[in-house]
Amino acid sequence: MTDVTKSTTSFYEEDTGKTGTFLDANELILNMGPQHPSTHGVLRVILKLDGEKVLGTECIIGYLHRGVEKIAENRTYTMFNPYVDRMDYVAAVSNGLGYCEAVEKLLNIEAPPRANYIRVILTELNRIASHQLWLGTHALDIGAITPLFYTFRDREEILKIYEKFCGARLTTHAFRIGGCSYETYDGFEDNVKKFVKFVTPKIDEYEELLTTNRIWVERTKGVGILSGPDAIALGVTGPVLRAAGVKWDLRKAQPYACYKEFDFEIPIGENGDTYDRYLVRIAEMRQSLRIISQAVEKIPDGPIMAKVPKVIKPPVGEIYHSIEAPKGELGYFIVSDGSTQPYRVRVRPPSFVNLQALDKMVRGMLVADVVAVIGTLDIVLGEVDR
Amino acid sequence: MLEYITNYLNSNLTPGQAGNIFWAVVYILLIFAGVSAAVILMNWGERKALAHMQVRLGPMRVGPHGLLQPFADALKLLLKEDIAPSEADKMVFWVAPLIVVVTAFTTFIVVPFGQTHAVTDMNIGILFMLGVSSLGVLGIVTAGWASNSHFPLMGGLRSSAQMVSYEIAMGLAVISAVLMTSFSGVGPFGVGGEGTGSGTLSMIGIVQAQQAQHVWFVFKLFPLGLIAFGIFAIAMVAETNRAPFDLPEAESELVAGFHTEYSGFRWSLFFLAEYAAMVAVSSIAVTLWLGGWLRPFTYWLSGSGWDTAFSLFPGLTFLVLAGFTFFNTVRMPKHPALKIQTVGLGVFGAILGVVGLLLFVPGVRERIQDIYWFSIKVAVFMYLYIWYRGTFPRYRFDQLMKLGWKVLLPVGFGVLIATGLIGLSDQLLEWVKGVMHWA
Repeated sequence: MTDVTKSTTSFYEEDTGKTGTFLDANELILNMGPQHPSTHGVLRVILKLDGEKVLGTECIIGYLHRGVEKIAENRTYTMFNPYVDRMDYVAAVSNGLGYCEAVEKLLNIEAPPRANYIRVILTELNRIASHQLWLGTHALDIGAITPLFYTFRDREEILKIYEKFCGARLTTHAFRIGGCSYETYDGFEDNVKKFVKFVTPKIDEYEELLTTNRIWVERTKGVGILSGPDAIALGVTGPVLRAAGVKWDLRKAQPYACYKEFDFEIPIGENGDTYDRYLVRIAEMRQSLRIISQAVEKIPDGPIMAKVPKVIKPPVGEIYHSIEAPKGELGYFIVSDGSTQPYRVRVRPPSFVNLQALDKMVRGMLVADVVAVIGTLDIVLGEVDR
Repeated sequence: MLEYITNYLNSNLTPGQAGNIFWAVVYILLIFAGVSAAVILMNWGERKALAHMQVRLGPMRVGPHGLLQPFADALKLLLKEDIAPSEADKMVFWVAPLIVVVTAFTTFIVVPFGQTHAVTDMNIGILFMLGVSSLGVLGIVTAGWASNSHFPLMGGLRSSAQMVSYEIAMGLAVISAVLMTSFSGVGPFGVGGEGTGSGTLSMIGIVQAQQAQHVWFVFKLFPLGLIAFGIFAIAMVAETNRAPFDLPEAESELVAGFHTEYSGFRWSLFFLAEYAAMVAVSSIAVTLWLGGWLRPFTYWLSGSGWDTAFSLFPGLTFLVLAGFTFFNTVRMPKHPALKIQTVGLGVFGAILGVVGLLLFVPGVRERIQDIYWFSIKVAVFMYLYIWYRGTFPRYRFDQLMKLGWKVLLPVGFGVLIATGLIGLSDQLLEWVKGVMHWA
């Protein structure tokens, strides 16, 4: 990325192709973040502005860097499992699923069906929780303060299920390599069914507040457009890609866990603007509910752990396994040297890759749109910086 | 001296008109205290109402149901260190909040809380009010500029553009209401008559015109009055920088906009001014379209019996509030730690009840009811402000400008022209007849 503060050619020249002087006095370098209400954590965006118009952006990341990938090299496979929860702390369950499945692939074992069902239920609940948090904060960025409280109220029910399941609410560490460490608690199925019943009308309630709201539509339609080819070129995944009309969901494209057994659709958008991304995520919540209710109905009995050796020592080799996290493709590349500790772990975080699209999406838009686009990309800085 | 004071009480004029300096000062102090109290009440009410819209409780800890929270906040703000950024233009930085707060409070000089309850009645009242409240933007721009920081600068620029744009639409709506005062016919569609319309800019005169025409201007020439009122109601939200037009202080974009660098007492002045301005513009709307201090149905339900019945409303309101408070006192959890709070809430309810009973006293009743109806109408607007904030997302800058210039302004012109033409309909008819005759 170019350093906007030091570039010699102005964005005006780059964008318009006009030569001559664009008075420097008209350009304003605005430092948005790392302390800013709507950069979703500690993202720092340097904006080059002409009045309110954005001429260029540069993202400075790394304020939340904890060296998760390096830590992995000094931990055993089992010990590293809780660390991945801290990357995308909004969707900790998905992170754990991706890591566990990657190591299982490396070990060449498979989780038993019951464990897979529990995994699907919990990750789909997590997708809803993540999308709810996204919706609340995104709406807050655009100025609607009320949806935040509604979504947090409903997300609480999911966290309660987690708390009963494994004792933790946010960084759950719900899965183990080879299955789940806990059997479900008594009444788990009932709780999940009750939740599905509870949250279905609530999603309509969010939509009632926003979908046809004139200001909301004006603020999101045509804002931060990312076309399908552009999105693919940038490696963008998840709802951002699907809103651009590309039907790509790893749950269907490369089914993992037991997603093959469920009947669900992949919602896609048309224009790839902020409004479409909003609609896609709302529809995804509904699809997740569909998956959950199917999974709860047919959850099989049986063991919850595969036969996993006491000391996990995968054979020499490497593996790349990716899952569809709420924010996009979450991939783990693990290199094993045959010891108890991974030689190298590399995470492909969806937030980090999706953040690349920010500059493309906001050039020529207004400052208010930058905030809307950061919100719609649904980034979590813990995952961007790792 | 005593005569000087007591003579005024028997007159039917505002202190300003009577030239009575003593009562003018008393009124100014009363209005200052009253507006400050309204701001405190509004602060608490906004937090509570918004909280309940958002499935939370709002302040609950400082005093019963958080009743003392505004005082605690005010105290905290006063005790905070007074920080001015080292790169700021100190003088301008210091003056800016003063400009904002002084202009916000000065407007109240001409607000008629009742037939005689205004500091003074100027013959250019509404003009004075619009003029002075527009000066407030000066304080916001200077605050943004003097902070010498990017976010405040952008907030200041936004607010100057926004307030200037919306003042035009606002002015057009106001003119159409002022035009209506010059009609002399009675009822929603009465315009003609024998030229007894007052045609005035005076705030009191405008309300008296509504009284004389037996109609609030919001219903006059339906739907023209309603549209003009609607334009004003939108523009006044933009004018006071409140959601959904709170771009100058858009939290998610500009951190806190023009007052990002302000803290403590200076910040509280901005806060005070914002809420005072909200009350002020709501007062304009109430005066121009909703009959100011007039009680509802002055025409349909006239007569001394109805007058008496309606004059009981202030006391009844306070009694209902007191009853509600007592109800909540009983509902308080029975816990030793909450004993003081329960007693406090009970005492608060008792005070409300006593005030309610006092308002039934015949002498007080007649004097207070104008103020009561005016305040109730303003309170409705205050609630609307909270409601907007809980419901709407924020407009973007260009959309805000589009709404102001491309929607409100043309509609405002249309309403103004239509109102004028209807007002002139008699003469126009004569003129058409003349032309026909000549042809």
